[in-house]
Amino acid sequence: MNALPLHTVPAQKTLIAIPAWNEAGSIASVVASVQEHRPDADILVVDDGSTDSTAQDAVRAGAQVVSLPFNVGVGGAMRTAFLYAQREGYQALVQVDADGQHDPADLDRLLEGLTNSDIVVGTRFHPESMYFVGGPRRWAMVLLSKALSWMNKGTISDPTSGFRSAGPKAIELFAIEYPADYLGDTVGSLSIAIRQGLVIHEAPVTMYFRQVGRPSKNALWSALYLGRATLAILATGLKANRTPREDAS
Amino acid sequence: MTANILAGAAALITFGFVFFLLRRGALREKYAVLWLFFSGAALFFAVFPGALEWLSGVLGVAQPVNLLFFVTVVLLVLVSVQLSYELSRHEMRIRRLAEEVALLRDEINPNRQERDGN
Repeated sequence: MNALPLHTVPAQKTLIAIPAWNEAGSIASVVASVQEHRPDADILVVDDGSTDSTAQDAVRAGAQVVSLPFNVGVGGAMRTAFLYAQREGYQALVQVDADGQHDPADLDRLLEGLTNSDIVVGTRFHPESMYFVGGPRRWAMVLLSKALSWMNKGTISDPTSGFRSAGPKAIELFAIEYPADYLGDTVGSLSIAIRQGLVIHEAPVTMYFRQVGRPSKNALWSALYLGRATLAILATGLKANRTPREDAS
Repeated sequence: MTANILAGAAALITFGFVFFLLRRGALREKYAVLWLFFSGAALFFAVFPGALEWLSGVLGVAQPVNLLFFVTVVLLVLVSVQLSYELSRHEMRIRRLAEEVALLRDEINPNRQERDGN
């Protein structure tokens, strides 16, 4: 696979993976801002079956683009990115959202964290954070965080964060198995990594608010959310610990 | 007796329909065989109600019809679970293929950046 001439391979190959589904409004500026902060890294936009100009805009902005034939969800898009990273020999991958809520200035911190861990999760909960959630939604997230921190034997305060980095071991693992179900791409993937004995740390990141506001979440939503999150953890946690299947690749 | 005729007719229609689908190649053998067996068994018990009564007696079921319902429900549940299993497997495979298609399409893209070797 890695038939690359040696002189084109930088010492530390880093891939910034941006899963995007109909993000034509923001993708170009996200790519540009990532390029500005990490000119050394390659940028891969995984176009998850977009029906707008997301793919073209990303190409024009200078990113490498792979297009899925139909929408498979963030989990499928991310596994595509991990497969790409594995085949092209990248040693680090950072996932960044396409809607511009992640600050590329935090990329350095997420990548530096990989020197002593396999996965670094960018947490939106820290003293200087502007990010705030309240009410039942907050309780649901706290419970999730407690469960995963307990499994991890180390704090994961924001397990649903999609701003995270992965080292070589995590790339190998996620290229084979990355859950596609709801919350599987965030909570479920962490659960898989913990079970495989990967070292997970976290780093504080800045979170910008989405342009399009989410509808307010009520207690019913939170209960449902918790249920689905529990399912995501159980589905991955209870899975027989088999060696990765060959038919998966 | 009319109930038996009704059941027998239903079994016969099912049998005929599955056979028709099989001939058209619209149903794979492994599923067709299953349904042919079910409808064949239903037809058998419709024609020979005594067989069902005898079987109920052997198994200690007071009402023969309860045995029929019980076995039917169990079999249908098993088939549903089996179908969910197949469906999940296919969804996973389709997703994997979609990912692979995306990567292959990129590999043959003449405008692909980097990899300037060729």
